[in-house]
Amino acid sequence: MQATSKAGLSVNIAASTGVTKGESHAALPMRMTISHLNFFYGTKQILFDVSLGIADKRITALIGPSGCGKSTLLRTLNRMHETVTTSRLEGEILLDGQNILDQDVTQLRRQVGMVFQRPNPFPKSIFDNVAYGPRINGFKGSIAEVVEKSLRNAALWDEVKDHLHKSAYELSGGQQQRLCIARALAVEPEVLLLDEPASALDPISTAKIEELLVELKNLTTITIVTHNMQQAARISDFTAFLLTGQLIEFSPTPHLFTTPSDPRTEAYITGRFG
Amino acid sequence: MNARLRWRKFVSNFMLAMTGVCALVSVGVLFTILGYLLFNGGTSINWDFFTKLPKPVGETGGGMANAIVGSAKLLLAASLLGVPIGFFGGIYLAEFSGSVTASIVRYAADLLNGVPSIVIGIFAYSIVVLPFKHFSTIAGAFALGIMMIPITLRNTEEFLKSVPRNLREGAMALGASKSKTIVSVVVPAAYRGILTAILLALARVAGETAPLLFTALGNSYWSNGWTQPTASLPVMIFNYAVSPYEDWHRQAWAAGLVLLGLILIINIVARTILSRGIAVPRS
Repeated sequence: MQATSKAGLSVNIAASTGVTKGESHAALPMRMTISHLNFFYGTKQILFDVSLGIADKRITALIGPSGCGKSTLLRTLNRMHETVTTSRLEGEILLDGQNILDQDVTQLRRQVGMVFQRPNPFPKSIFDNVAYGPRINGFKGSIAEVVEKSLRNAALWDEVKDHLHKSAYELSGGQQQRLCIARALAVEPEVLLLDEPASALDPISTAKIEELLVELKNLTTITIVTHNMQQAARISDFTAFLLTGQLIEFSPTPHLFTTPSDPRTEAYITGRFG
Repeated sequence: MNARLRWRKFVSNFMLAMTGVCALVSVGVLFTILGYLLFNGGTSINWDFFTKLPKPVGETGGGMANAIVGSAKLLLAASLLGVPIGFFGGIYLAEFSGSVTASIVRYAADLLNGVPSIVIGIFAYSIVVLPFKHFSTIAGAFALGIMMIPITLRNTEEFLKSVPRNLREGAMALGASKSKTIVSVVVPAAYRGILTAILLALARVAGETAPLLFTALGNSYWSNGWTQPTASLPVMIFNYAVSPYEDWHRQAWAAGLVLLGLILIINIVARTILSRGIAVPRS
């Protein structure tokens, strides 16, 4: 496995993307810009001087071994880190040129949605789950239309359209996760954050989620944390590799997986650690 | 098989048998009480019991309609006092208070829960009965309501805390404020448990006699209103059971059976309502 991994990945990338170099990051408009981000839980520093741009309408993947800070980095982007009272953040995160730390946090989270590691539908019907976001945000208009549109965008509509008023818990794990994606899409976020969205799912459900994310690129900007390197290689346009809280390498995905410029990146993607 | 293994098997079987016996005994006690109550109460209960007032000493027959209504009124008023205070206090404790405040309130609630019910009765007597110079339904309900507060509070707190963190985060990630998250996701996810706790509190105080003895007092006739003394099933059971009359003893058994029946009905109704909602599955 370890010996063939690098070669195997290269083949996968060539097969899935058809290119080996990827597009230039610098030429793209940025939706979010992270600069010189330091992050602490209490006195423990989790992230060290991370700077990174999230390109508009692209998929950016954050990879790295467990505990490298990739989930923490993701959670700062919609300020979910603030649920932990001892957390502290230095640096700047811009969304459309505005510092997110100066914005109203509920407003920010409407613009930057999030899907979690384990599907977390509310104890409500399928319909009410998707309608939740628009409802609490005072949406005026046809909720039913928004629900249908969101479920279609999440590739779930055909499976659930005949029992929208059943409990969300009657769905399978993969369907529940797509429901959570639909729920996030219902508030039309500019950026969608996904924290290992397929790690609790079987391979078929995972494939469906991945396929869905690639389609959603046209609709929104996606940032995904994954510990599955093949997944990052298959779906993302840009990949950031983090190690012990530091951003080691950030490149177009095909570039990072075929010709990594840092030896630590190469060691990680060839399976020598992590 | 060597001796050591045989000994271990013996200990294993013995302990298994012990736990089984203990489980049987605890269930057995309940069923013995139920059976005894059903047998004694069932033979003396009749339609008159629900519709007629008690008869004077010496006359047989009559019923406890006034006590049934009195108990219902007491429980209703007690819930109006105890449930909101316990419920909102529980929300504060689980969601907003710091750990120091929470532990102080929690400790105080546990102490209040442990205060003997007769002491609560004396307290209600001096706070409500003395100033108004009247035993009353309100005073009785006040005493019972106080007893409901700690049970409701602690259980509300526990059930809110057991709502998975990822549900809260799911709501917050959609732009819900903290209070909105609590109202629209956390409380709905916990409401079955909370409602069950409220019913347990209600069942607990429904049988309380001591706090009613010098608050609601008792009444052989219909109560003239919330500010007047009222009959209640537990006090009626107490008075009738200690009386020297055979007929009254039978009435006391019947009252016990009715009290149990009332609690059972509350439970069944609540569970029916509960079964309609969507529960968070245990993971």
